[in-house]
Amino acid sequence: MSIAITTQIICFTILSLVIIVGALGVVLLESIVYSAFLLGGVFMSVAGLYLLLNASFVAAAQVLVYVGAVNVLIIFAIMLVNKKEDLKPIIDIKSRRIISTSICLTLLSLLIRVDLTNVWSLSSPQKSIGEESTIRIGEHLFSDYLLPFEVASVLLLMAMIGAIVLARRDVMSKDISTGLPVDQELIEKSSEPLLTNKN
Amino acid sequence: MEYGLDLEYSFNEFLKGFGLSSEIIHIIWLPLPMLLVLVAAVVGVLVTVWLERKISAAAQQRIGPEYAGALGVLQPIADGLKLLVKEDIIPAKADGILFTAGPILVLVPVILSWLIVPFGQNLLISNVGIGIFLWIALSSIQPIGLLMSGYASNNKYSLLGGLRAAAQSISYEIPLALSVLAIVLMTNSLSTIDIVNQQSGAGILSWNIWRQPVGFIVFWICALAECERLPFDLPEAEEELVAGYQTEYAGMKFALFYLGSYINLILSALLVSILYLGGWGFPVPVELIAKFLNLPINAPFIQVFTASIGIVMTVLKAYLLVFIAILLRWTTPRVRIDQLLDLGWKFLLPISLANLLITAGLKLAFPQFFGG
Repeated sequence: MSIAITTQIICFTILSLVIIVGALGVVLLESIVYSAFLLGGVFMSVAGLYLLLNASFVAAAQVLVYVGAVNVLIIFAIMLVNKKEDLKPIIDIKSRRIISTSICLTLLSLLIRVDLTNVWSLSSPQKSIGEESTIRIGEHLFSDYLLPFEVASVLLLMAMIGAIVLARRDVMSKDISTGLPVDQELIEKSSEPLLTNKN
Repeated sequence: MEYGLDLEYSFNEFLKGFGLSSEIIHIIWLPLPMLLVLVAAVVGVLVTVWLERKISAAAQQRIGPEYAGALGVLQPIADGLKLLVKEDIIPAKADGILFTAGPILVLVPVILSWLIVPFGQNLLISNVGIGIFLWIALSSIQPIGLLMSGYASNNKYSLLGGLRAAAQSISYEIPLALSVLAIVLMTNSLSTIDIVNQQSGAGILSWNIWRQPVGFIVFWICALAECERLPFDLPEAEEELVAGYQTEYAGMKFALFYLGSYINLILSALLVSILYLGGWGFPVPVELIAKFLNLPINAPFIQVFTASIGIVMTVLKAYLLVFIAILLRWTTPRVRIDQLLDLGWKFLLPISLANLLITAGLKLAFPQFFGG
């Protein structure tokens, strides 16, 4: 066995262990902040797996999008609303946990079954394109995958408009949640910068 | 274009003489460039710290460090030693694990980004295909470390500083990436080597700064904002937030933040010089000079000479930019947070988008000037 293959196997083992343990931690840990940071670790390790598969562009995109944007936003949101309060104890938590565990285990067994029955090896030995993959991804995105690409951007636009509507209540005449008319004066007062009021 | 020194090849040939297999040689070779670049980065930080002290002193009509070594050149080493032997304090109510992991997460991506900084045709750690994209991806990890240390300190100022840092770096990453994209469009490649080679045609005249003046300014402003340098040092604004996310840090953990910010500054300066100022290129192409002097370009002596000129030029351009950054820090006031976000989202983002569009148009209209 050559050194390169040994290194690959070691890296793969470490990465998959980190992914499994990290993902379990995300679900099972009590502290939501730890869960969020562990999620970042899991995303990083997935990027590492992509690197092992010679997909360096996908790995970098994974880091940029999932770690740099999604995870940062999650942590950001947690920190903005992080109130230290005791949550109300949920009644019959035990039976709920049993049900969710059994559902998860069923899903896991289904996935294992898929893994075992499906034939994963490619029919013909294909050459790895390596560094050229960036160009190929671009070509595919602007030809046969153009529609999904554009639909995804429409989805993002919708999310953005929704966020703006939620954040800027003053553009609406009615309150979104209660349906009552909005007191415009109050909103204008609160949206003015503090410094201009002090004369 | 395959010329220049290939140290790895010569190293291989040298060790093969001792009868070692090529795999073993590769393992021996691997850490060498990394170590070299790491040492270069740390020495660069020491120099920058000294420059910062001296230039700030000059800007404020003081003398600055004077007694440690000639002109105070040993002052940064004294600073480093002091931080090294200081007690490492973790506040009683802080979160120990996150408190320790935060500074590491800030420093490691910055150091990893040095992977793609070329000092010559073959003088870089790894010519990865995704090149400059790797830097953009890695620099997006940093806010997590900042948020982590801000949260773990269990201090209002730290948390605010961490949140500000994350918000700032998210907003300025987008125009930064867009202005890099314009360069990539002209080069047809993400690799830093290709980006420099594309600018090497006619010396100073073919540098990207003439073809991308708007991109250059946008990139420089965004790079300063990403480094949290004044006028954009809101995350650690002393008058408002004590020291932002680093308020509770002391000793070596504080030193990691310190190192990280200065390494990041040098890295940004290096990348500006690579993307816009011709990288290792001399203002007059070295090949032209060699032809003029009737010297063979492939002779070993000339090769060593051009390689050292390349390193000197890269470092010189980078330090010129570092000088400008230091001068900016000590002469400009800090922007407010709303001004910062306004500048990022309402000015730099539309401008860099327009710049990208115009670059694409010019590339199609004048392929010989804008990389066909």
